[in-house]
Amino acid sequence: MYAPQILIEAALNGLMTGAVYALIALGLTLVYGVLHIINFAHGALLTVAMFAVWGAFALVHVDPYVAMIAIVPLMFGLGYGLQRFVIGPASHGNDNNVLLVTLGLSIVLENGLLALFTSDTRALDSDAALQVIELGPLLLSTPRVIGFVAALAVTGLLWLLLNRTDTGRAIRAVAREKLGARLVGIEVDHVYAVTFGLGCACLAVAACLLMPTYYVNPRSGAAFVLVAFTIVVLGGMGSIAGALVGGLIIGVVESFSGLLLGDSLGQIGIFLIFILVLLVRPAGLFGARA
Amino acid sequence: MLSVVSLTKRFQGLVAVDHASLAVPAGSITGLIGPNGAGKTTLFGMISGFLTPSEGRVLFEGQDVTAEAPHLRARRGIARTFQIVQPFAGLTVAENIAVGAYLRHPKRADAVAKAREVGTRVGLGDQLDKPASDLTVAGRKRLEVARALATEPRLLLLDEVLAGLNPSEIRDILPVVRSIRDGGVTILMIEHIMQAVMTLCEEVFVLAQGRMIASGPPRQVCADLQVIEAYLGKGAAARMKAEEAVDA
Amino acid sequence: MNARDLLPLILVLSVLAALPFLGLSGSVLNFLVTTLIIALAGLGWNVLGGFGGQYSFGHAAFFGTGAYATAILQMKLGWNAWGALGAGIGLGALVGLAIGYLSFRAGLRGSYFALVTLAFAEVFRILANAADFTGGAAGLLLPLRPGLATLQFADRKLFYLLVLAFVGVALLISRWLERSRFGAHLIAVRENEEAARALGVDALAVKLRAIALSAAITGAAGGLYVQSFLYLDAGVAYGTWISVEALLAPIVGGIGTAFGPLVGALALQGLGEITKHLAGGVPGVDLVVFGACLIAVIAFAPRGLLGLRRRPRKARAVPVGA
Repeated sequence: MYAPQILIEAALNGLMTGAVYALIALGLTLVYGVLHIINFAHGALLTVAMFAVWGAFALVHVDPYVAMIAIVPLMFGLGYGLQRFVIGPASHGNDNNVLLVTLGLSIVLENGLLALFTSDTRALDSDAALQVIELGPLLLSTPRVIGFVAALAVTGLLWLLLNRTDTGRAIRAVAREKLGARLVGIEVDHVYAVTFGLGCACLAVAACLLMPTYYVNPRSGAAFVLVAFTIVVLGGMGSIAGALVGGLIIGVVESFSGLLLGDSLGQIGIFLIFILVLLVRPAGLFGARA
Repeated sequence: MLSVVSLTKRFQGLVAVDHASLAVPAGSITGLIGPNGAGKTTLFGMISGFLTPSEGRVLFEGQDVTAEAPHLRARRGIARTFQIVQPFAGLTVAENIAVGAYLRHPKRADAVAKAREVGTRVGLGDQLDKPASDLTVAGRKRLEVARALATEPRLLLLDEVLAGLNPSEIRDILPVVRSIRDGGVTILMIEHIMQAVMTLCEEVFVLAQGRMIASGPPRQVCADLQVIEAYLGKGAAARMKAEEAVDA
Repeated sequence: MNARDLLPLILVLSVLAALPFLGLSGSVLNFLVTTLIIALAGLGWNVLGGFGGQYSFGHAAFFGTGAYATAILQMKLGWNAWGALGAGIGLGALVGLAIGYLSFRAGLRGSYFALVTLAFAEVFRILANAADFTGGAAGLLLPLRPGLATLQFADRKLFYLLVLAFVGVALLISRWLERSRFGAHLIAVRENEEAARALGVDALAVKLRAIALSAAITGAAGGLYVQSFLYLDAGVAYGTWISVEALLAPIVGGIGTAFGPLVGALALQGLGEITKHLAGGVPGVDLVVFGACLIAVIAFAPRGLLGLRRRPRKARAVPVGA
């Protein structure tokens, strides 16, 4: 029915998209793993980062990959501040409240962007998107290959950060035993905010990798957030390896279901996986049951 | 009334309860004692239906209820309290008790009347309209008992209702337990405070490391060497015997 | 329930019923109709989320099902509007039951339940956008035929009163929840499921009944919505906007109280109109205010607007763990 070349291209495209998905999911799963909350504003924060990339390019002509140097720390700061001064204090330590506060935050961010930039879709006005790499008979889009490699590299860096640095040790201590961590002098609220900041920094990187081939409007992030939730649930809440593998799987599934069902129905595959995993195996493929 | 036949519960290889059997005669207050981690609460969980046994059977009034859901057992007449008290935080004391009373009284007026009566009986009479979250620990223990009692059970399972209370609070609650039994409710209680067990229970079962190691009237069981060993470690019984000999 | 329980309800409904006869302009009346429809959707959400403590992020699934059924049964099968609306309510309840059965059987609660309901609503949206009998992406246009059988009235007041009647029934149901065995069981399950089960409460059955009731009420809101606007597409019927509105109204007004959703809907929609007016056509500003309200209410007024009025006699309204 399909030529093998089309299928292979679909698989590779899926893997490349999946790596960026994984990066987005990584931020979500990290926050879940440490704070044990679902950050519903994750998608809207991604949109903010994507607009930042677009703004840097459109206003001051900074290449997205260069803009990363500024946008990553900015998003980290935004995430740190939001958790420390808004989400944390407003939620009174109740999980349902966190869900609602982050929902409120996503509504504010998404519609704030709508008010500022209207619902117009914007893309980078650059020909970088059209460059390709030839791999035998296959043509691969250069920015997507870069995205794939960079996403994997950032995942590796994050792993190193968590496992080889003092900050990482503090984060893991808080994730495992909040009270115990407090007792040995770790400032839990600070660690929470740092973790949330790291989650947002992941989004900043993802935004810089996405923008050369993608577009942004105030609802762009919303399209990614359910995908990211699916990945996180599939990979096991809080699991970094799970997010990576889950992201790659979802990327491929989306690519194939788009090929088989067309664009409008293509997304449904992801939601069905999401629902099925939640109903059948809520702990995900990798996670241990909480 | 209740018989537990060779119940076993394994959690991923760990045996929490190991072929334990016990029988609770109708109209009695029966005690279940044992060191921490012996599996008492696990055994309660299986009797009340929150845990499914790996092996063995639970018989209530001759009927096999081993696989029945907790709410169905409550309808049969088995009620339980929880070691960690679990009041419905958003409700008043009377409303908390009414949730139990609704089991036999579908009409609100009847259930509320029943709840107030039971609440008064366990000594919460002047606190019925307070939010349950305002109660002291002793008050919450009473609430826990009242809620279970409001389901009008024939068998009441009490899980450490005296734990965390001071001596005068314990002294106040003992007559409540006895009056519940005198009202026709059979009681099986997990308890750590030996003095209470001695005064209340007619029959005591001892669980240690998941096994039922002794049973009988409290005085006799207390004197049983194995029990002392289970509580105080190997050799303790012999040491105590030696000390007694010295004292004598 | 006795007369004293019903008095506030009768008072509020009387005032609302008198409103359209005070010479309000057509646009104010339209605003009130929309607000009441949102209040109705919120009253539905409140049954499951407020009284039952199960926060759904996907009440659009029920709203949209009610709306599509009401429209499609009339347009494709020639049903009269009353029958179609009734079927829409029933189908909404059925969808609720199905989603509830799958989710609650799997033991989903808290964030997981919120996410799975959101995903279900999205699946419905994508399907409705792609299917033929829903009109696909073009949507459905209900022909304008004023009459009692088509539930379309030349006089907007009559439609307003019809919506108000539904709100009245939903308020009555909420009031009943505060005063009945089923309501007590539902609140007990919200506060502590394990303790409730020990007291003979069949937690699964209670949650299923709650989600069916909740979905039926929100389904009715969907049916009335399409009768009001005579137009429907997947984004309107199954969009996240209505899932959000349905939870915002009760949370802002007072979660787990009978009047909370009504108060919340009136306050939010009123605030939204004012904001839109002040912002002069800039899109999204009203929603920014809604989002900020949600955060502010959770941070500073967990019992909602009704909770500000007085310290409640009974701490009934407090959500789990607050």
